[in-house]
Amino acid sequence: MSKVRVLVGTRKGAFILESDGKRENWNITGPHFGGWEIYHINGSPADPNRLYASQSSAWFGQMIQRSDDGGQTWEPVDNKFVYAGVPGTHQWYDGTPHPWEFKRVWHLEPSLDDPDTVYAGVEDAAIFKTTDGGKSWNELAGLREHGSGPRWQPGAGGMCLHTIVIDPTNPQRIFIAISAAGAFRTDDGGATWMPINQGLKSEYIPDPNADVGHCVHRIALHPSRPDTLFMQKHWDVMRSDNAGDTWHEVSGNLPTDFGFPIQVHAHEPETIYVVPIKSDSLHYPPDGKLRVYRSRTGGNEWEALTNGLPQQDCYVNILRDAMAVDKLDQCGVYFGTTGGQVYASSDSGDNWTAIASNLPPVLSVEVQTIA
Amino acid sequence: MTIRVVIPAHLRTIAKVSGEVSLDVAAPVTIPAVLDALEARFPALQGTIRDHVTRVRRPFIRFFACSEDLSHDPPETVLPVPIQTGAEPFLIVGAIAGG
Repeated sequence: MSKVRVLVGTRKGAFILESDGKRENWNITGPHFGGWEIYHINGSPADPNRLYASQSSAWFGQMIQRSDDGGQTWEPVDNKFVYAGVPGTHQWYDGTPHPWEFKRVWHLEPSLDDPDTVYAGVEDAAIFKTTDGGKSWNELAGLREHGSGPRWQPGAGGMCLHTIVIDPTNPQRIFIAISAAGAFRTDDGGATWMPINQGLKSEYIPDPNADVGHCVHRIALHPSRPDTLFMQKHWDVMRSDNAGDTWHEVSGNLPTDFGFPIQVHAHEPETIYVVPIKSDSLHYPPDGKLRVYRSRTGGNEWEALTNGLPQQDCYVNILRDAMAVDKLDQCGVYFGTTGGQVYASSDSGDNWTAIASNLPPVLSVEVQTIA
Repeated sequence: MTIRVVIPAHLRTIAKVSGEVSLDVAAPVTIPAVLDALEARFPALQGTIRDHVTRVRRPFIRFFACSEDLSHDPPETVLPVPIQTGAEPFLIVGAIAGG
């Protein structure tokens, strides 16, 4: 019988939740790396026992941990993320030039077919790659040296590269997103990159239609349609049907189009999920009601999913990497909150259950479906 | 010389040790020399106490010895005799800051 493993990164450690395919009873292990911030923990699609975790702290900096046994034991691997060449400057919050400085790894994206190959999205924004299971990391400097780098600026959470999406039909094509520079695409495995922000409109930058400077929060795609991208931007839910060349808004009837995560159903390419948040200054759900919104039309028409979620006095946030789906026949949807809850639905979002209730604030959620 | 070093609890977990660490350090016994020996013995600690490239101490790390804060001493400063003889431990401390 299939098994589901939920990988949860929190402000004070990592937790691993496991269940059989029924997804009714969950066993929680952890905290792994207690006391450390785990921005992301992710598994290799090619080898589900191979996990990678980004472990960091203000005191001791960045560690990368690797497990070869599904998270039972861990070993630190290389934590040296050094920008190639002289990295130059980006914009600081006040618009002045600020030198590029490595702070932490936000996101780890293993290759779809090689457990030893992993991409790392870091703050200050850059993408690194290992091809030896984490023994060494090298920057794909063509992104940072794209030419627009001096105009990139940090979002409130820092100038982070937080999203890495690999085209499952063409591993040379990778999409990334940076707060607040926008989305970029490579078609040559990371050697060269182009901004893909045409159609985004952001009133908080001097030119709302600029080629870079947009605060993209998350991008998702369905493996069967890699040219169709869905984006949760700082404000606005967006869609592209040409691999990001152009975007159009699909916020439709959402109560607010601010939010962080966005996900696509495992088996329905036009079914997508977001969690509307009241505003960028409030960072909690509207009306104290935690509602996932689902569109079965690829956007524009949305329905609130509330069964099992708190519908009063709820003021948690759901961060950009804290939502995931499993691949079981009845698609499971999972998300974690800054209040330390992890909610799961085993029926595409119709009904929800808290499978963990009192964890530290959740930074990331990933799901492995294990045959 | 055998130097006794106390490292923060989180770094003891990373290094998979408990209690003090004893290190052989050739003279002159300076803070960089102690850190070089520590990182050579426990490579996983590289980057956790000082920057990989600049070798600058991380902001929330302090170096104490014989009830003195030596964090801002020049790198060529030789550590006190009680540290060199092993009578006193060299303390690497995570600052009390935040949660």
